[in-house]
Amino acid sequence: MKHIEWVIEVSGLTKTFGDFTAVDAISFKVQKGEIFGFLGANGAGKTTAMKMLIGISVPTSGAARVAGYDVFTESEKVKKHIGYMSQRFALYDDLTVKENIAFFGGIYGLGKDRIQKKSKQLIEELGMESEANSLVRSLPLGWKQKLAFSVALLHDPKVVFLDEPTGGVDPITRRQFWEMIYKAAHLGTTVFVTTHYMDEAEYCDRVSMMVNGAIEALDAPHRLKEKFGVESMNEVFLKLARA
Amino acid sequence: MKTVFYIVRKEFKQIFRNRGMLPIIFVMPMIQLLVLSNAATYEIKNITLGVVDHDRTSTSRALVNHFAASSYFKLQPHFEATNAAQTAMQEGNVSVVLEIPRNFERAIGKEQQAALGVTIDAIDGAAAGVEQVYITQIIQRFDRDLQRNTPWKLSTLKPVETIETIPLFWYNETLNYKTFMVPGILVLLVTMIGLFLSGMNIVREKELGTLEQINVTPIKKSQFIVGKLFPFWILGLVVLSIGLIIARWVFQVPILGSLLTLYLFTTIYLLVVLGIGLLISNFTETQQQAMFIAWFFAVVFILMSGLFTPIESMPQWAQYLTYLNPVKYFVEVMRMVLLKGASMVDILPQLGKTFAYAVVVNGLATWSYRKTQ
Repeated sequence: MKHIEWVIEVSGLTKTFGDFTAVDAISFKVQKGEIFGFLGANGAGKTTAMKMLIGISVPTSGAARVAGYDVFTESEKVKKHIGYMSQRFALYDDLTVKENIAFFGGIYGLGKDRIQKKSKQLIEELGMESEANSLVRSLPLGWKQKLAFSVALLHDPKVVFLDEPTGGVDPITRRQFWEMIYKAAHLGTTVFVTTHYMDEAEYCDRVSMMVNGAIEALDAPHRLKEKFGVESMNEVFLKLARA
Repeated sequence: MKTVFYIVRKEFKQIFRNRGMLPIIFVMPMIQLLVLSNAATYEIKNITLGVVDHDRTSTSRALVNHFAASSYFKLQPHFEATNAAQTAMQEGNVSVVLEIPRNFERAIGKEQQAALGVTIDAIDGAAAGVEQVYITQIIQRFDRDLQRNTPWKLSTLKPVETIETIPLFWYNETLNYKTFMVPGILVLLVTMIGLFLSGMNIVREKELGTLEQINVTPIKKSQFIVGKLFPFWILGLVVLSIGLIIARWVFQVPILGSLLTLYLFTTIYLLVVLGIGLLISNFTETQQQAMFIAWFFAVVFILMSGLFTPIESMPQWAQYLTYLNPVKYFVEVMRMVLLKGASMVDILPQLGKTFAYAVVVNGLATWSYRKTQ
C-alpha cells in the first residue's frame, strides 16, 4: 500500500467573531501534490478558513497542521513552508518585476545567487523578458496574476494557497494559469485553491463545498456529480448552496 | 540582518520613485523653514497709532513726534474728536489711541505732571502688552528730553533721580528672533517628517493589501520594523542637516555647541518620533485615520513644546504634561547646543529621558504590531 503524506490536516477548526460563527468545525485532509478546490458562495467562510491555515488568523478552537506544523503554536514555521496569493493583487506596484522577485526572495531568505537564478528562470518561463525591468503597475492583470503565483512559489513551498486567483482574468490567461497550477502540483507542490468558476472546480482532484461555515460535501468532482445526479459542478454548487 | 537589508532597499526605491513624495520630504521643509522663520516673530512693528490732540501746543506736538520717530509706530492722520478715534479702533484702523488732554503743556509747566489717555486694542493680549511697554518707553524718553530742555527746573527742584536698568542679553545679544525661532522650527520639521512618514507608511501597505502578503512570510516582527523605520531615520537626519545648513548660512544662527552632540541626540529623538508613527500605524486601518491622529499629536506636541510660548507661563498641570512631550526636550537641546554651546554633559537629562521614551514607545509599537489577527 502506498504511503500517503498529508500536507494539510484539519479537524474541528472553528472561528467565531462574537456571536457569529464564520467557520464551524471543519475537518478535512489534503495530500501531497493534490489540487484541492475550496468552494463556497460569497460569505460562506472560505477566506476566513484559509487565513487560519496560513497563520494570519488565530482559530477559536479545533486543530490544524499545515506542512507538518501546528497553526496554533508554530504559525511562523508554517509560514516558511507555504506560499500565498491573495484575492487582491499584493505585489508592489511601484517596483519592477525583477525587484519584486528579489524582494520576496530576500524576505524568504533565499540568498543572492539563488534569487538571481530563480529570477532568470521565472522570467523566462513567464515570457516576460522584455518586461523584467518595467514597473509591475504597467502590466496587464493576467500577467500580474501569473507573476504573483510564480512569486508565491519562489521559495519552493510545500503548499500554495490561492484565493480566487483567476478573478477578472480572460479565458486564455485562466487556461495558462491552470497549466501553471498543474505543473506545480506535478512537481509535488500541494495546491489549495478557492474559486467561483465551476469549470475550474472540474480541474481539481478533490473539491470541498462550504455552506454557512460548514463543509457540506467533499469528494472528487465526478463523484460529487454522481452523488447529486447532475451533469456539472455548477449544478452541484446550486443544489448545495440553495439547500 | 540580510532580511532587513532587503526591506530597506525596497523602501528607499519606493521613496525615490514616488514623484509626489520627494518634494514633500525635501522641498516643503525647506520652504517652511525659510518662510516660517521670517514670519514667526514676536517683534511688533508698524503699530497703527491714532492721535487726538486736544492741547495743540509745541509740547503736545513734541510728544507726537517722539512716537512718529519710533520705528514701531505708524502715525495715522489726527482725529478731531475722541469718538472718531474710537470708531477707527472699532473698525480696526488703529490699534493704539493716544489722547492728549487740553492744558497738557500748562499742567507740565505748573504741576510737573500731566495725564495722558492711552487706549490699546487688546484682542491680542500679548501684543497689547508689548505695545504698552513701547509706549511707556517713548513717554519716559519724552519726559527726560523735556527736563533736559528746561534746565531752570533742575535748579529749583530736587535733582531728578531715575533708576535706569540696562539689560544685558546673553546668548542672543541682539534679541534676534530668528536666532531664537530657527532652531525651534528645525525641530518642528524633523518631527513632522518622522511622524508623518512612519505613520502613513505601514498603514499604506495595509490599504494596498501588501502587508497581508508580508504577514504570511516568515519575516520577524523586529526585522520588519527595523527595515521599515531605518530609511525614515536616515531621511530625518538628512532633513536636519539641510536645515542646519540653511540656519547657519541663511539666518546666521550661531552653532556654538558640537554638532556631534546634536546629531547623537537627534538619532535617539527620531527613534521616539518614528516609534509613535508606527504605533499610530498599528492602531489605524486607513491613511486618513493615521493622518488625523498624527496631526493631533503633532499639534499638541508642538504647541506644548515651548517652541512658540514659554512653558514657564503655562498652568502647572500643563507644565506637568509637557514632561511627556518629546518635542519639548528636542527644542531645549537644539537651543542649548546651538545658542549656548551646551556639551553632552549639559544635555544628559534630556538625553536620558528621550532614550527612555524611545525604549518604551518602540517596545509598545513592536508589541502591538500583529502579524496574526
